[in-house]
Amino acid sequence: MDDMYRDYILDHYKNPRNFGELEGATHTYHDSNPLCGDEMTMQLKIGDGHVDDVHFTGKGCAISQASASILTEEVKGKTLEEVKAIDRDHVLANLGIPISPARIKCALLGLKALKGAAWGLTAWPGEEVKR
Amino acid sequence: MAVVVKTPATSAGPLNVARIREDFPILAQTVRGKPLVYLDNAATSQKPRQVIDAMSRVLEEHNANIHRGVYEFSERTTAAFEEARVKVARLINAPSEREVIFVRNATEGLNLVAYAWGRDNIKRGDRIVTTVLEHHSDFVPWQQLAKEVGAEIAVVDIDDDGRLRRDQMSAELRKGAKLLAITHTSNGLGTVNPVKDIAAEARAAGATVLVDVAQAVPHTPVDVQDLGADFVAFSGHKMLAPPGSGGLWGREAILEKMRPFLYGGDMISRVTVKLTEWNELPWKFEAGTSSYVDAIALGAAIDYLNEVGVAKIHAHELSLVAYVLPRLQEIPGVTVYGPKNLESRVGVVSFNIEGIHPHDVATIFDREGVCVRAGHHCNQPLMTRLGVPATTRASMYLYNTTGEMDALVSAIHAAKKVFGV
Repeated sequence: MDDMYRDYILDHYKNPRNFGELEGATHTYHDSNPLCGDEMTMQLKIGDGHVDDVHFTGKGCAISQASASILTEEVKGKTLEEVKAIDRDHVLANLGIPISPARIKCALLGLKALKGAAWGLTAWPGEEVKR
Repeated sequence: MAVVVKTPATSAGPLNVARIREDFPILAQTVRGKPLVYLDNAATSQKPRQVIDAMSRVLEEHNANIHRGVYEFSERTTAAFEEARVKVARLINAPSEREVIFVRNATEGLNLVAYAWGRDNIKRGDRIVTTVLEHHSDFVPWQQLAKEVGAEIAVVDIDDDGRLRRDQMSAELRKGAKLLAITHTSNGLGTVNPVKDIAAEARAAGATVLVDVAQAVPHTPVDVQDLGADFVAFSGHKMLAPPGSGGLWGREAILEKMRPFLYGGDMISRVTVKLTEWNELPWKFEAGTSSYVDAIALGAAIDYLNEVGVAKIHAHELSLVAYVLPRLQEIPGVTVYGPKNLESRVGVVSFNIEGIHPHDVATIFDREGVCVRAGHHCNQPLMTRLGVPATTRASMYLYNTTGEMDALVSAIHAAKKVFGV
């Protein structure tokens, strides 16, 4: 009935998959969206070049949380190189709902945190000095 | 152009809202088949036909740069620009229009003070007293100034009803202060601060008093002399005028001693290769070509507000708050932030719905035709104080109706239905 807040989006929001601290994480990245106060931490456990496990923690809007949850389901078992290659169009297509320009950052916060973790960044290029 | 004679937008008694709405072309629109319910007035107001026409008239009939041309069009535009300055002065009861500086918005006015007054008057160890209710535009300039010169900044807290901690304010001022930077009216919660009393205490402590009146001038009568302020700043776009118009008022004696903010054309009286003498007030602070079309339209907006009556607008907003507050508070899961009564407040209502992020709330509201602000409202220290990342904010103005308050309540129920909360 709702083009944006579809049942599976709300389900991922209310029951996020792979949510919580990941023990033995090898790659961790935290990001936030100051505009809405969304917080997101992505954790990867990489063994033999593959994603053995992935978890995220965070709080925020339904779009950012559902997008991250869906993303974690997808990356399990992928190689690190495959994770690094995921792009925004892929994430938006996977989300499967129309995203207005004002909400695009929400939809991509999970990907940004995932990429930060996969690349082993401590800060995104250009965001090293925030103040 | 045909002159349509209409009944005035005001008369004795409450506002004739239906009549006022006819003056705002944008309000006749529908959004996805639903009437536009515009409740983001604290962000910016809509503009009446009279203001839009004032802009068109300048551009179509006598556009020319101000203070320069020795020909009729320039003289007419200059006269209209300076007439708008007089209107601003009268609106805020400034002793002289020489004290009214046109700026782009309150932010620019506040930065003007921070640079042209602050850098020469705030020294290492000086204290700046401000509040957790400040918009970033009246907080970041002082925070950065304090860092730069080694001054101390004291931020006065609020109580759980969103009212300033008056005792704490007095205590901070008693410790001594060089500057009090305080908002008259909170854009996040709608609280109106007792600025007159606080300003008196601040002056007794030797402080210069700067008041952010961006959320006050559009909604309540403001008298800078009665307030006991030294500086006030406001934005035109929140009071029916276009963006790009705004005012800074300062006491003449202080403005005279200040260095200019921006250098360039129009702000000089004489330039030689060796030295420059500044223009007199207020033009000393108006370098370059001013946004004169916007300023002239601000004059038209002030005419409109005066015709309707700012005190009546305030009473109307309070009637909307009185109508909607209890209706919001009885919805399970809705938390209202800020004052829960009609004392010293304006038509701003901030709230959250449990289990739904404000951005999701605003997205669903949008589909109902209801425009609200969701986010931190340029009030991050306040959000931190409230313990939330963001709120949903409905802010009212003269053209809003109780029917629109019902639409707001319905939109909340729609959001709760979508999220199953």
